[in-house]
Amino acid sequence: MSDATPYIGRAMKRVEDPRLIQGLGTYTDDLRLAGLLHACILRSPHAHARIRRIETSAAKAIPGVVAVFTGADVNDSCGAVPCAAAIPDLKAPRHTVLAGDRVYFVGHAVAVAVATDPYIACDAIDEIEVDYDPLPAVVNAMEALKSGSALTHPDMGANVAFTHVVNGGSDIDAAFRNADRIIKHRLYHQRLTPMPIEPRAVVASYHRGEGTLTLWTSTQIPHLLRTLLPNMLGIPETKLRIVAPEVGGGFGAKLNVYAEEALCAHLAMRLSAPVKWVESRRENAASTIHGRDQIGDYEVAVKNDGRILGLKATSVADLGAYLQLLTPAVPTLTGLVLTGCYKIPAIRFEVVGVYTNKMATDAYRGAGRPEATYLIERLMDVVANELKIDRLDLRLKHFPAPGDFPFATSCGVTYDSGNYQGTLAKAKQLADWDALMADRKAARAAGKLFGVGVSTYVEICAMGPSKAMPAGGWEWGCVRMEISAKVTVITGVTPHGQGQETSFAQIVADRLGVPIEDVAVLKGDTNVAHYGRDTYGSRGTAVGGTAIVMSVDKVIKKAKTLAAHLFETLDDYVVFENGKFKAPGITAREIAWSELAAEAYLAKNLPAGFEPGLEASSFFEPENFTFPFGTHICAVEVDRDTGEVAITKYVAVDDCGNQINPLLVEGQVQGGIAHAIGQALFEQTIYDENGQLLTGEFMDYAIPRATDIPEYTLGSTVTPSPVNPLGVKGVGEAGTIGATPAIANAVIDALTPLGVVHLDLPMTPERIWRAMQTRTVATV
Amino acid sequence: MYPANFDYVRPSSVDEAVALLQKHGDDAKVLAGGHSLIPAMKLRLAQPHVVIDIGRIATLSYIREAGGTIAIGATTTHSEVETSKLLREKCPLLSETASHIGDLQVRNKGTIGGSLVHADPASDYPAPILALEAEIDLVGPRGKRTVRADQFFVDLLQTAIAADEILTEVRVPVTSPSVAYIKTEQKASGFALAGVAVVASPSGVRVGVTGVAPKAYRATAVEQTIGNQRTAHAIELAAAHAADGVEPLGDIHASAQFRAHLARVNTRRALERALSR
Repeated sequence: MSDATPYIGRAMKRVEDPRLIQGLGTYTDDLRLAGLLHACILRSPHAHARIRRIETSAAKAIPGVVAVFTGADVNDSCGAVPCAAAIPDLKAPRHTVLAGDRVYFVGHAVAVAVATDPYIACDAIDEIEVDYDPLPAVVNAMEALKSGSALTHPDMGANVAFTHVVNGGSDIDAAFRNADRIIKHRLYHQRLTPMPIEPRAVVASYHRGEGTLTLWTSTQIPHLLRTLLPNMLGIPETKLRIVAPEVGGGFGAKLNVYAEEALCAHLAMRLSAPVKWVESRRENAASTIHGRDQIGDYEVAVKNDGRILGLKATSVADLGAYLQLLTPAVPTLTGLVLTGCYKIPAIRFEVVGVYTNKMATDAYRGAGRPEATYLIERLMDVVANELKIDRLDLRLKHFPAPGDFPFATSCGVTYDSGNYQGTLAKAKQLADWDALMADRKAARAAGKLFGVGVSTYVEICAMGPSKAMPAGGWEWGCVRMEISAKVTVITGVTPHGQGQETSFAQIVADRLGVPIEDVAVLKGDTNVAHYGRDTYGSRGTAVGGTAIVMSVDKVIKKAKTLAAHLFETLDDYVVFENGKFKAPGITAREIAWSELAAEAYLAKNLPAGFEPGLEASSFFEPENFTFPFGTHICAVEVDRDTGEVAITKYVAVDDCGNQINPLLVEGQVQGGIAHAIGQALFEQTIYDENGQLLTGEFMDYAIPRATDIPEYTLGSTVTPSPVNPLGVKGVGEAGTIGATPAIANAVIDALTPLGVVHLDLPMTPERIWRAMQTRTVATV
Repeated sequence: MYPANFDYVRPSSVDEAVALLQKHGDDAKVLAGGHSLIPAMKLRLAQPHVVIDIGRIATLSYIREAGGTIAIGATTTHSEVETSKLLREKCPLLSETASHIGDLQVRNKGTIGGSLVHADPASDYPAPILALEAEIDLVGPRGKRTVRADQFFVDLLQTAIAADEILTEVRVPVTSPSVAYIKTEQKASGFALAGVAVVASPSGVRVGVTGVAPKAYRATAVEQTIGNQRTAHAIELAAAHAADGVEPLGDIHASAQFRAHLARVNTRRALERALSR
């Protein structure tokens, strides 16, 4: 039985880890089906070209090659790749699974070869001849907006996909009229490649007798695929089973419906044989979604005493050549938390989505919120610097008071709960702020470039209320007390590394009063987890966990009715505690789950009208998002000679509401900060002026490694969310969102003595060195 | 990531390996640790018809001292070089350099001979090999010949080795502890943006630089400027010549200007460290 300490709140190791650490996890590429065929995809070497002719006969002649298809063979029978984002007046090109008569980015799928083994499939690709007529490529989104620019999709007539404008709060023009000063700044979010260690992988198997298709795919969203693929494949969702086996990293990159998923399914149906496709690293870099890539011009209307009256943002989002599932939605999400933790009465946010001959951008860890947080946190430092106000005072001055929540922002959302002063105070304490300031002073006196950066962030999690989500934002869950008194929990959120096999078991074990070992959490197979909206936007525990809580409470309620029957009393007299049913004052008898479950399923002695079994499922519809927040403090030392940045101290205090498992929270924050270190200091996806991808593999795209990660000091405060019964908020992306600006602000602070006021991301050694060169010379 | 078809042969002696190379000519590639060849084959950038695996020729893996020189067999792994007691005591520059190569897995498989023959302009070994004035033995159908380090590196990915030859041994001198290797890594690959090896003795210093130019080079202007001076000022002045006379590489990871700057910084730091030892 459960001991005195509840499971919730305990730092427990993940039940997932032993199998993963021992190499016993089953990933998509581990699947071996009889008669399995292997697909290999030929991809465009050009950013933009007309295809004059494709010759496949030599490829087809290779022994072992089963089929070679081009766009002409499949695009009529396999539907277009969907975009779920609803943006008014969105202009979208038709996104066929293989290229038609043109290619629009390097890595665009042109043809597919299917063979009896993957080596032969690759040999076949080498034998396909494509006659390309290269066309001018659009690579730079700002250039793409100029009149006379080349066109990404010439048939569309323009490069603009949409313009999204939000005016919020009070009169923005009045705010700017009343300002003492208007501070302008341009900020750039570089393009990033998510680079999950497991690239995408798909196995499709069609059962001709049943007419059923099973698709194993390394995805975050099996349920959304089951909703969206029927339109592409012409198969009803009742005949479609999607399975997400172990997923070796997603970070948003696998929150998508990809052409290859539909293509493999189509091939399996067409060839009546199972088909596997596993992406190479180069394909992953070129043909799996990228993240960020926004450039924005920001204007802040301020009074001389530091009061911020209004914020205008004009942002250009580089969408790439096609719209993937949420491509246009990501930059618009930025507008929802533009004002960060601050009372800023008026905003105007305009984002222009632009097509370029590059891979599509889409949701990457944080999706929209890192952009907003980076810009507001940089702007707070810029404003403080210009007005000669202490940067922490400026922030504190604009925090809503803890009593102001729920707090309606000028961006049109209502922050559920918060205590921003609390995380800032705790972070200062953990960082030993006064000593840190003294260290900075001493280091500077000794000629060192030492800087301290702060970011106070708020973000949007628990996505979300269905009205605000393209495909519904509810979540489904099921709890079943089995006949053996073991417990099966089924969740629709499809955790893939976040640890809910552990945290959901903690929740259920506590509520049922059973040992956690007796609880199994199932997920990721639409034949098992019938409904769900999957994992993204840090929604798993806040939304999915709540559906589990609702279900477990239904099971307990039903069990009480059965117990009352066995006690020969009324439901109201039955007490359930520590896993036992009792009727104090009526009988000394106690009924354990083992007895009750047997009664429920053997069904020899049930109350009238009582359905056998102890199972309940629930759909939870959240009334609002949750808004986790925190303060990150980073200290860096910059090497004067080489421009290299060493992070000497990192303190993060995050408030994600109640914590089910603090160890999982810490793990998420640690991983999130690692991603932020990458974005702040070295990661960048680079295309050359012709649209050639220069960062197509790990030799050229730098991801953070263990040696890049400093010692973290992590802390938390707990401000429960009022919008779900667990009081949880979500923490999957917080580290990434909070840390990038803290690191960036620290580097710029370190360079302040040289007169450097801003640097773009990533702050590479060379970029820093160049800034030092010009400034040192200029100030001498 | 699936290589094209190839045949695989595993000779048991150098003579057999040379005979195979002669037989297959340009169709063949020699495999040792595989850390350059196999990635290239997986990307199908290299499509040899025959892969000659010399990795199991037992007589090619050794580190031994003879007459003031230390001889290292071609298939000696980076980690063996890194941890060799003999090298750490008598030629520590090579061990120090090896510790900077790739990661543990790479060092456990990659070999000194393979690395030198591949001649990646950003690999680590060329810097100490030049600074140590190492000798390299090449064996081919015409027998064995010895090439000096400064004659070995010809150009980007090109060395003095002939198509039918195999590198069998590298010889380095016993040195004092006054040596150092300082490297700035390319963030993604870990290869050198600028790696500088210094060997100092009372009579002078020798400086090898890798990562900066299409081939590794001796920074002779540095060596001449510093002569036998040892002051901080002299080091500073000498290091300023670290990129003299070369045309630095420029790419997305570092411009030519920055590479040259890193060469100067790392030369100063390597000189300081070597001379403090």
